[in-house]
Amino acid sequence: MATSLRTREGGPATGRSASRHDRGEGPFRFLTTGAGILLLAIMAAIAVFLVVKAIPALQQNTSNFFTEKLWTPNGAEPRFGIAALAFGTLISSLLALLMALPVAVGVALFISHYAPRRLAGVLGYLVDLLAAVPSVVYGLWGVIFLVPFMSGPATFLNTYFGWIPLFAGDAVYGRSILTASVVLAIMILPIIAAISREVFLQAPGSLEEASLALGATRWEMIRMSVLPFGRAGVVSAAMLGLGRAMGETIAVALIFPATFEITLRVLSANGNSIAANIANGFGEATVTGRGALIASGLVLFVITLAVNMAARLIVARRSFGGAA
Amino acid sequence: MTATARVLPAISTGRRVKNTFVQGLVWLAFGLAIIPLISVLWLVVKNGLARFDLTFLTHSMRGIAPRDAGGGAYHAILGTLEQVAIATVISVPIGLLTAIYLVEYGQGRRLARTISFFVDVMTGIPSVVAGLFILAFWILILGFGFSGFAGALALSILMMPTVVRSAEEMLRLVPTELREASYALGVPKWRTIVRVVLPTAFTGIVTGVMLAIARVAGETAPLLLTVFITNSINEDPFNGPQMGLPLYIFDQMGRPNDTAIDRAWAGALTLILIVMLLNLVARVIAWWRSPAKAR
Repeated sequence: MATSLRTREGGPATGRSASRHDRGEGPFRFLTTGAGILLLAIMAAIAVFLVVKAIPALQQNTSNFFTEKLWTPNGAEPRFGIAALAFGTLISSLLALLMALPVAVGVALFISHYAPRRLAGVLGYLVDLLAAVPSVVYGLWGVIFLVPFMSGPATFLNTYFGWIPLFAGDAVYGRSILTASVVLAIMILPIIAAISREVFLQAPGSLEEASLALGATRWEMIRMSVLPFGRAGVVSAAMLGLGRAMGETIAVALIFPATFEITLRVLSANGNSIAANIANGFGEATVTGRGALIASGLVLFVITLAVNMAARLIVARRSFGGAA
Repeated sequence: MTATARVLPAISTGRRVKNTFVQGLVWLAFGLAIIPLISVLWLVVKNGLARFDLTFLTHSMRGIAPRDAGGGAYHAILGTLEQVAIATVISVPIGLLTAIYLVEYGQGRRLARTISFFVDVMTGIPSVVAGLFILAFWILILGFGFSGFAGALALSILMMPTVVRSAEEMLRLVPTELREASYALGVPKWRTIVRVVLPTAFTGIVTGVMLAIARVAGETAPLLLTVFITNSINEDPFNGPQMGLPLYIFDQMGRPNDTAIDRAWAGALTLILIVMLLNLVARVIAWWRSPAKAR
């Protein structure tokens, strides 16, 4: 296809006849190129304007932005830092990924290789519906239903797996990093499942048939010909999911206990994230406070940008099409 | 598959057990994924119906204290419709033109590869960052106040990459022969695109746009930072704080009263109905155009 398009580029349609008969070609081409460049400009503008509004607040800061845990930018002596927030963002997103990834890969395999052919489309659509539910609805569901519900599993983990530092602590709470992670896991599951499914469906059918013909069971066929083929795609799907989890705001804004402690104890009443802090702190923020929140947003932007770019580069190297 | 199994000698127990075990795990994974969906939808419908009435759809929250019963989301529904409409008007032309550039003009060029890469990266921008950008640029630097339009700007940033990607995919599906036939008749390239390529891909593009709308209609964080919150009806998206349905849910659920929580659930039900309707219409259009593509 690429060759035929390239021939067309130099062909008569673009060249002579356009300039002779029609003056629309130039402006139209300019318009489309301009739209593309505008998108690049927006990306650049996001970075530039976040920096511009963050700098004054950072200059007012009486503490080190990268090591300070507290977030008190609204007083006479603003004192705020990203340490606790960034840590909470990372740990909750990683936990969410840990929970979502195996399930998502299972779902993807189910849709691509296990479900009855006739049902596969409908069942895949059901999983996609999970992504269609707005994040604020997950937030509401999380606060009203999941927070009380999680005290059971949390107590269980604390009692029997308390020797693992993650689940240690004297008391467990419904509003915790773990509960937020569960909500995040549910939200990133459909995107990981959808991309993995696409990659699994692209696995060469000849390989699959060959392994089945050699007497492999279905699982052996998948392990030998589908999973190796799909590995890069799944890794990039996982990273996209991670980026999504780190940026999620409203669903977890009222679930995080909103403290500024760095702790590994995911069942305790501690935890926060950059995005949640922006949503919770914006209402009462002063000028410096807003600048501080913008600075934290800039950090979030840079982290998610890095994660997303890495994911896209993995995909680009293996050249799978049509992700997300 | 069953046919092969019958011809070949029996598979050893260990391998068979492992195969069945994995099959069980895969089914379990699907079950696990569906449970939250059912739970969310069930609770939204069950709790939402309590306040999902005519008052809710036709009244605002003006003059209604958090503990009071009554009140509604009319102002929020109106705000959401206006904001999403403006966001669509902004992002669809830009997104569509970019997609045309990528497919028709940019082939193999460095600029096109760069744009394509950053469109992908842009898909991953957290919605709250889009809100912060509009806050920093539009509200704090240019000095415009909180307004529905500012919210629409933030939403359009989230919509653009989705529109580009789906439109691009649809344009690529248009057969090259169709374009070549048009060129052979002496039709210039841009007219071929406008008259032949776009009409062919039209329904696909509409589907993509509707899915993009459905996605941004539920966004809350960017609105919180740009539209702010109001309890009154504000029909003008260009002046003064507005409300949005997602914002309304967030606002109500943050109040520890049963009456407010009931309103939040009813709001959630309304929002899900709107989003699901958009999704459904989009899928029906897509399915109607291509009955052959099952999945």
